Amino acid sequence: MAAHVTIRIQEADFDIGREIAALTQGRTDIGAIVTFSGICRGSEGDEAIAALTLEHYPGMAEAEIARHTETAMSRWPLTGVTVIHRVGRITPGENIVLVLAASAHRQAAFQAAEFLMDYLKANAPFWKREEKPTGTSWVDAHSHDDAAAARWTKS
Amino acid sequence: MKVKYFAWVRERIGKSEETVEPPASVRTVDDLIAWLAGQGETYAHAFETPRVIRAAIDHAHVKSDTAIAGAREIAFFPPMTGG
Repeated sequence: MAAHVTIRIQEADFDIGREIAALTQGRTDIGAIVTFSGICRGSEGDEAIAALTLEHYPGMAEAEIARHTETAMSRWPLTGVTVIHRVGRITPGENIVLVLAASAHRQAAFQAAEFLMDYLKANAPFWKREEKPTGTSWVDAHSHDDAAAARWTKS
Repeated sequence: MKVKYFAWVRERIGKSEETVEPPASVRTVDDLIAWLAGQGETYAHAFETPRVIRAAIDHAHVKSDTAIAGAREIAFFPPMTGG
């Protein structure tokens, strides 16, 4: 059975249970689904965050996620992948991103989900702007995100 | 060619996209950044630290020494912070 791939960029929230059901519907070859959901924090260090606003590059964001999904499917025996990334204004406690990786066995699902998140953070064209009591500012990229993505290219 | 800007690059320039016609001597992404930086104060501010600027040609990441010949759309943006 062909792998089930869903990639969406949307302003609306997502329902994790519904996305898992869509991935497993009518299939009996899935033994493991690893779910990663990224959630908006209410603080960064000592500073409160009122909200994040996410900007993206329409067209490239989808293409970049699709490329990483294809890479993941070539590396691990996956039966399905779902990636949903929200854009627009997101307040603390709300979902930002969802990655589901499904496989017959857990190891492939765990590794593929982590690989996809590491690549997405370093390479998918999204930018966060934080609203703090002192004003709004663009979030700086972290070199550890690049390092997290790079470790998957080591043999 | 069409040029797009995102995040603080877009904010500093004050527009999200435009069509530009650089001279033939502008051959690479680096050349285009240097040429754009000379197009006024807002551009100079956006491109004041070229090494932090990321570029994409036709929806794919490229290095700064990549040739721009044949590109339909070139985008400039800061390092990504999604996820």
